[in-house]
Amino acid sequence: MDAVLIQLLNGLDKGAAYALIALGLTLVFGTLGVVNFAHGALFMLGAFCAVTFQKILTLSVKVVDPSITFFVAYKEQPYLEIWFGELGLSIIDYAVPLSIFMAIPVMLMIGLAMERGLIRHFYKRTHAEQILVTFGLAIVIQEIVRHFFGANPIPTPAPDIVSSSAQIGTWLGLSENLVYPWWRLIYLVFSGVVIASVFAFLQLTTFGMIVRAGMFDRQMVAFLGINVQRKFTIVFGIAAVVAGLAGVMYVPVLPPDYHMGMDFLVLSFVVVVVGGMGSLGGAVAAGFLLGILQSFASMTVISELFKGIDQIIIYLVAVIILLTRPRGLMGRKGVMED
Amino acid sequence: MLFEKKQNELTTMLIFSAIVLSMPIWLDPIGANYPDLLQKFAIFGIFAIGYNILFGLTGYLSFGHAIFIGVGSYTAVWSFKLLTMNVIPALALSVLLSGVVAVMVGYVSLRRSGIYFSILTLAFAQMFYNLAYSVLTPITNGETGLQLTTKDPRVIDRMFEAAGDGLPSTELFGISMSGYSGFYFCAVMLIVAFFLSLKVFNSPFGLKLKAIKSNQHRMKYTGYNTRPYLLSAFVISGMFAGLAGGLMAVTDPLAGAERMQWTASGEVVLMTILGGVGTLYGPLLGVAIIKYLENIFSSINEAVLYTLFDFLPVWLQDSMVVIVMPFVGEGWHLTLGLIFMTVVIFLPGGIIEGFQKMKDRFSKTNEQEKLKQGGE
Amino acid sequence: MDNKNKNNISRRDFVKTSATVAAVSAVPMFFTKGAYAKDFTNNPGRAGSVTLGFNVPQTGSYSDEGADELRAYKLAVKHLNGEGDGGLMNTMKPMNLKGNGILGKKVTYVTGDTQTKSDAARASAKRMIEKDGALMISGGSSSGVAIAVQGLAQEAGVIFMAGLTHSNDTTGKDKRRYGFRHFFNAKMSGSALGPVLKEEMGTDRNAYHLTADYTWGWTQEQSIKETTEALGWNTTATVKTPVGAGDFSQFITPILNSGADTLILNHYGKDMINSLTQAVQFGLRDKAVNGKQFEIIVPLYSRLMAQGAGENLKGILGTTNWDWQLQDEGSKAFVKSFGQEYGFPPSMAAHTCYVQTLLYANAVENAGTFYPPEVIRQLEGFKFDGMGNGATEYRAEDHQCFKDVLVVRGKQNPSSQFDLLDIVKEVPRSQVEYDASIFGGELGPYKA
Repeated sequence: MDAVLIQLLNGLDKGAAYALIALGLTLVFGTLGVVNFAHGALFMLGAFCAVTFQKILTLSVKVVDPSITFFVAYKEQPYLEIWFGELGLSIIDYAVPLSIFMAIPVMLMIGLAMERGLIRHFYKRTHAEQILVTFGLAIVIQEIVRHFFGANPIPTPAPDIVSSSAQIGTWLGLSENLVYPWWRLIYLVFSGVVIASVFAFLQLTTFGMIVRAGMFDRQMVAFLGINVQRKFTIVFGIAAVVAGLAGVMYVPVLPPDYHMGMDFLVLSFVVVVVGGMGSLGGAVAAGFLLGILQSFASMTVISELFKGIDQIIIYLVAVIILLTRPRGLMGRKGVMED
Repeated sequence: MLFEKKQNELTTMLIFSAIVLSMPIWLDPIGANYPDLLQKFAIFGIFAIGYNILFGLTGYLSFGHAIFIGVGSYTAVWSFKLLTMNVIPALALSVLLSGVVAVMVGYVSLRRSGIYFSILTLAFAQMFYNLAYSVLTPITNGETGLQLTTKDPRVIDRMFEAAGDGLPSTELFGISMSGYSGFYFCAVMLIVAFFLSLKVFNSPFGLKLKAIKSNQHRMKYTGYNTRPYLLSAFVISGMFAGLAGGLMAVTDPLAGAERMQWTASGEVVLMTILGGVGTLYGPLLGVAIIKYLENIFSSINEAVLYTLFDFLPVWLQDSMVVIVMPFVGEGWHLTLGLIFMTVVIFLPGGIIEGFQKMKDRFSKTNEQEKLKQGGE
Repeated sequence: MDNKNKNNISRRDFVKTSATVAAVSAVPMFFTKGAYAKDFTNNPGRAGSVTLGFNVPQTGSYSDEGADELRAYKLAVKHLNGEGDGGLMNTMKPMNLKGNGILGKKVTYVTGDTQTKSDAARASAKRMIEKDGALMISGGSSSGVAIAVQGLAQEAGVIFMAGLTHSNDTTGKDKRRYGFRHFFNAKMSGSALGPVLKEEMGTDRNAYHLTADYTWGWTQEQSIKETTEALGWNTTATVKTPVGAGDFSQFITPILNSGADTLILNHYGKDMINSLTQAVQFGLRDKAVNGKQFEIIVPLYSRLMAQGAGENLKGILGTTNWDWQLQDEGSKAFVKSFGQEYGFPPSMAAHTCYVQTLLYANAVENAGTFYPPEVIRQLEGFKFDGMGNGATEYRAEDHQCFKDVLVVRGKQNPSSQFDLLDIVKEVPRSQVEYDASIFGGELGPYKA
């Protein structure tokens, strides 16, 4: 029982990341009609916002390490520690959650710049050309990151206080084997909050209403005298922020490297098509669904039965969905049903 | 008319063969004359030519062609292990088996078009890659890569001679397939591949594929069932990729799963687009540029740059090196990405189109001048 | 400021000269192998310098080790050319090196990135041999890569001095006449670790293996399993994980309910740092199963990994090839030399690569020629001392070095930022030796 529960939890957690990335991707597709292969790069940039923030906080002076006698060795002492002592160290400890405040404006700017600078010139071009140019952009972005941060993953830990795991089993009165790392729980909750706020924004505000109307029939909204273009630019910015936030919070789970965007890109496209191109709810549902499926497929019982199923389950589901129900689980009838 | 076309083809082929076979001579001054790189030019040339038959003619953007490279490589190595070190059976089997896999992948993927087709091929690429790494390790030897050993049976070879002490090398009836002889073999294959692609381009079949690209619906309304044509194009390009994969194993008998990753498929997309998709020579130009960048540009380091900017005053030399450094060495990918984006944005027809435009402009100004002169 | 400027110029001059040297030595030389009796691949002939190829992972899961290996190679080349303090050339015996390059030829080098992938490593090694004229290739950090490059070396007739590679296969079923390994292997780790495990954890345990899915992981899992099962332990499950997986959570969660009380992590480099960190996050180390404290064992790890894993590695048992805190003359000399150059102590990967470079150079001096078959005969059965790990022998039958193995534990209270490992036991060479024939495989001919 708790074996299943913990696998479910782990699936939800994986799904949370998939859902967040796919949400932005499908938002852009639904509004702008653009297939953005650089969306994974936005996720990666978010993660590197956290890294940069941590690097800024840990700017250090080199001091001689007296404990090494063989040769002259140096150790680094952060300025924050020198200036504020213990307080400085605890600020550094909270680098990842604090970096959210830096990531939101930065990612918004990057998103807006990307849309204004490149994407809007490709509205009228074919999907293939959109894929190609954004694929090129993704390469450029990741190479720039590599130039500044190197090719290796950069460990960026979560605050000390949440580095252990939560005794969920004991709370619920189940087996004490049911434990789950705090940070992953936080990620799950965090993604829930982000998803809810995006939906609330689209459902409850006038801006959101116009965007939804634009998604439904762009021409009609434009006839009503509304500058849809401006609104959609902002939507692209929001999508970038969502991808970036997913990246920021993912850093303690997986030390980020310049390539992580490409690794998540394929997965997120799979999630989007399973959910239905342009369907926000579909993307979220498919994200969680695929995460859970993947998690269960790697249970020993199942992977013994179907060897290697844990490696391909997600893609297998995508192929089946595309062949039998091309509009995806929750896609609107007639949208991209070719 | 027909005769003229034949003759045209003949001259094209003669010129093309001359250019390819003389590569060791004219690539020498730019430092690209060593067997490994020459072999890569030829092998990836075949890959790109094949890919161009699918993407260039029909417009179907596949991210899964690395699958066939992988299938070709593994098949060839297995043929070296089980049958013989002769490359002919290895290549024949590579092409055949990758063709079979291409039929399966293509049959399923081609049920959708546009972006869905791309994503289906992506999904297949990831599945094959992940399987090669995990469940299929008895066949692929996983991360370690499939290699020859002295213990391999090599049934056919054993019928003629006893096993030597060392690892045998790949051969074509006694000619070793490493070094320059390996290159010339790959070059001949490239010429054959080019000839086939020329034939496809100029055939009614090629014309139908182009028609699918320009308007599939209209094609369907006229009563054509487009899918068999698409599938044939897919399988042909898959077989070309299988041949390329087989040749990789011929020149270096080791097969690793990395060459099946979707980013490896992405590379051939870059090559094709960069040179000029849908043109005969474009993909080859793309291959040449990317492989040259990858092998030569990437080995430029600080020291080389300093010698390059030696003529400048010291402070300028320093700043030039600092400016150029991000784009060479490990940063060659950045250069590639920027060139690629520029091409997609401004020259959707690739560098070949760029040449064309330049030529047009040139001839136009010539004409204008002529007109002017006439006016005077 | 002045100082900085001066440094700049000298650095530029240095790179310039080395570029010229490299350019001179890169005169294309392609030989069809074995054409004449003593003509061989990349024969330096009368050239004033020789080129060595250092092929290390600069990207990928093992790149930290790769970076340290490269530092060691550069240092070794310096010492061979008679620059610096000479390092281990002061303590190695017997030794024929003179500090004037190799056979009087200045040593230059080219570097490559294996990306921790067999394909890329082989392409890079091929370029070194064909384009740069490398006479010897060295490097490693992944056994898959080492085996792939070793195969190529045999075909090309170029000696391969393996760097960090721990799989039994490298000198077992995939051994090659042209490949040599100074590093120890999984079998030796198992033999060394066995008695310590028995002493500390008893004879009644249930072990769960997470194993990197390639040659090294497979052989380490097998060797450790044999060791622990001989102690009477039970093996609950062995699960293969893809290299570079990053997130191992889906493999860790099933352990919680498996009934196992010991986790054996057959992971290395960043994979091990990630999987260990995640295992600790999932509370494995705080667990008690069947009244026993849950234990994690990492059969192979290094100080570099300990640095990455931080707190999580404290108290965890494993083995290592060499550690900078060893007190013999050789180790001390190397640490001093490396530390002065770079400001931190060398890792075991750096040590093995440095030693390999010197061993190759010394064998060439002994042979009096670069002709590989002669050099190989010098290395086979070569006995030496003063390079750390005590008296060492290159066994002729399988090209495996035999020397003492260290059993280590993550230190509870480090006295400095580099003092991360406690040496539990220096297991003498006699205890880890085994019969060369148990793994099968053949070395192949001397003449490629």
